[in-house]
Amino acid sequence: MKLTGAQIVVECLKKENVKVIFGIPGGVMMPLYDVLYSEKSIKHILTRHEQGAAHAADGYARATGKVGVCMATSGPGATNLVTGLANAHLDSIPLVAFTGQVPTNLIGTDAFQEVDISGITLPITKNNYVVRDVKNTASIVQEAFYIARTGRPGPVLVDLPKDIQLAQTEFKYPKSVSLNGYKPTFNGHIQQIKAAAQEIGKAKRPIIYAGGGVISSNASSELRDLALKANIPVTTTLMSLGSFPETHPLSLGMLGMHGTPYANYAVSDADLIIALGVRFDDRITGKLDEFGSKAKIIHIDIDPAEVGKNVLVDIPIIGDVKKILERLNEFTLKKKETEWLNTIKNFKRKYPLKYISNEELKPQYIMETISKIAKDNTIIVTSVGQHQMWAALYYKYTEPRTFISSGGLGTMGYGFPAALGAKMGCPEKTVICISGDGSFQMNQQEIATAVNNHFAVTVIIMNNGCLGMVRQWQELFFDKRYAETTLNGNPDFVKLVEAYGGTGIRVNKKQEFYSALEKAISLNRFVLIDCLIPKEENVFPMVNPGSPISKMIGVDKL
Amino acid sequence: MRHTIAVLVKDHPGVLARVASLFTRRGFNIESLAVGHSEEIDISRMTIVVKGDERVLEQITKQLNKLIDVIRVKDISPNNSVERELALIKVNTNSLAARSEIIQTVDIFRANIIDVNSQIMTIETTGTENKVNALIELLRPFGLKEVVRTGKIALSRGSATATGLKNKPNK
Repeated sequence: MKLTGAQIVVECLKKENVKVIFGIPGGVMMPLYDVLYSEKSIKHILTRHEQGAAHAADGYARATGKVGVCMATSGPGATNLVTGLANAHLDSIPLVAFTGQVPTNLIGTDAFQEVDISGITLPITKNNYVVRDVKNTASIVQEAFYIARTGRPGPVLVDLPKDIQLAQTEFKYPKSVSLNGYKPTFNGHIQQIKAAAQEIGKAKRPIIYAGGGVISSNASSELRDLALKANIPVTTTLMSLGSFPETHPLSLGMLGMHGTPYANYAVSDADLIIALGVRFDDRITGKLDEFGSKAKIIHIDIDPAEVGKNVLVDIPIIGDVKKILERLNEFTLKKKETEWLNTIKNFKRKYPLKYISNEELKPQYIMETISKIAKDNTIIVTSVGQHQMWAALYYKYTEPRTFISSGGLGTMGYGFPAALGAKMGCPEKTVICISGDGSFQMNQQEIATAVNNHFAVTVIIMNNGCLGMVRQWQELFFDKRYAETTLNGNPDFVKLVEAYGGTGIRVNKKQEFYSALEKAISLNRFVLIDCLIPKEENVFPMVNPGSPISKMIGVDKL
Repeated sequence: MRHTIAVLVKDHPGVLARVASLFTRRGFNIESLAVGHSEEIDISRMTIVVKGDERVLEQITKQLNKLIDVIRVKDISPNNSVERELALIKVNTNSLAARSEIIQTVDIFRANIIDVNSQIMTIETTGTENKVNALIELLRPFGLKEVVRTGKIALSRGSATATGLKNKPNK
């Protein structure tokens, strides 16, 4: 039987086990939406802006480990996805985005709502396609999903011209994908793994530096085995929070620009860095040539291009982190002596994370309180800025995929729609979105999506009335000249959310927060808590850009 | 340091843009680029000359390999390869003296005159980049009207190849 291109796309989505799509329809996407209209096995969540759809699909993917799917029409619909795709690309999140396109005979004529979205998203997708022949639809959609989720995951875009959606052909779903230009390496080289085991055996001061790759390859339990077996302390990047339980004595929390003092000191002092699924980002390394300068480096990553990109590596192992750690853990790794662990214990005792706790409603207190109340599997989703760093530092993450945040791109406005996507993927878990007042306003239109779909998500706005992180830099590096960082004219967020039919709670005082949070979680509906926090509160520790990470502001000197 | 790399790509729309945009956004400099069909159907071969040290070359190779449409990347070492470039040079031939001097030069370089009238001659030459450069410099004093060069193409010497591909299904 012949099917239309639109029907074929939907059949492929079913084959790929897609349960939910986030998107907004439009002119040239109507054939596809018409097929979805009668398709009961796929739920479509109508967002209020395509950026929200892309971030929601991204949050869904991070929370579940599945491929997120979003959809938009041609032209402005497609360009509105761009930030979301770039965000997913930099954090290696599996997404498939479908965009409408003008009919093939109009492509290139500047037709109504025409943009070259394939060209625009070339550098921010893992791959993209324009379907030019309906016969290729099935194989392209299949390839898109295969490429998005395998190897180093990433976003893939499929552009669907309107006439292709309407044209008919025989539907055949290929049995397997064959791409001679794409063959990721999964199993690490055994000699390299052996060499790594030997280095670990010899090391006196080893440290594990775990990144987002540990989460995407679901390697948390293997990471835990390695650390416990050989007594190696673990520091995680922002992308990897939760991959190792922060309640464990071997955990050092996050490293880098706003890392914990003990993580940064430990990395700077280590004689062996075991880097797992990381890319030595500048926010982690600080001054590059002083990062781990006393250490040999073992780098395990599925992307060969990451090895040797920023730092020279002693033992590179290309492959899937989980598979490689499984093999590595088979080697007899002796428990490390206690001297190094004592040094680390001392770092932790002498240089703890600290802030001035007083009667004010401090953001750190907010996070500590959530940490006390929330169950281990609670998902914390953040936007970008000071609140993101407080959420990373002052909450104890113990499970993978429970901290969701925009890392590489640093996308303000990411958190709220991503939290809705996470809730869609994990309806049984508590989802709390931490946002700043600046970030929240960048996608606040999605309150409608949250209320309309009964997403029981709690949004906590750390409201300081300014673009706090930029303000912090102005205070420190621009002589307190606060150019354009005061958010005059902020709405009353409680009234705003009430206008949409949601619940809003304002918290002015420290003692009110605990009960407000309990109430919000117990209500089991969409609740926004507007927390008025002091504008002057800054994120510490902090490493000045370009400094080595052992030189932190807000920490006593070693 | 200059390197010549052969890049085998799937022959379909947009692939040149993908490769070119990768060079731009990663800050790699292309000195020359030549594209054409290869010995296999549906596979094109690009010959790209790039500038950079070993580390830059390694990054270029790895980043190119990440492109789904790129099938193989091979560094073609200059010591062990044959390289050629084709150039067409249109030169002024105002005086009779100039004319005969140009014809002599063309003979020495074993180049060909492929178009001629009372004002100009168009000369075709193939050879290494140095040879083409040398010919152009000798002709420059007569007045160059137009020069077009293909960019370098190269093959490894002996039986070594960059291809030998078979379609194998992915796991």
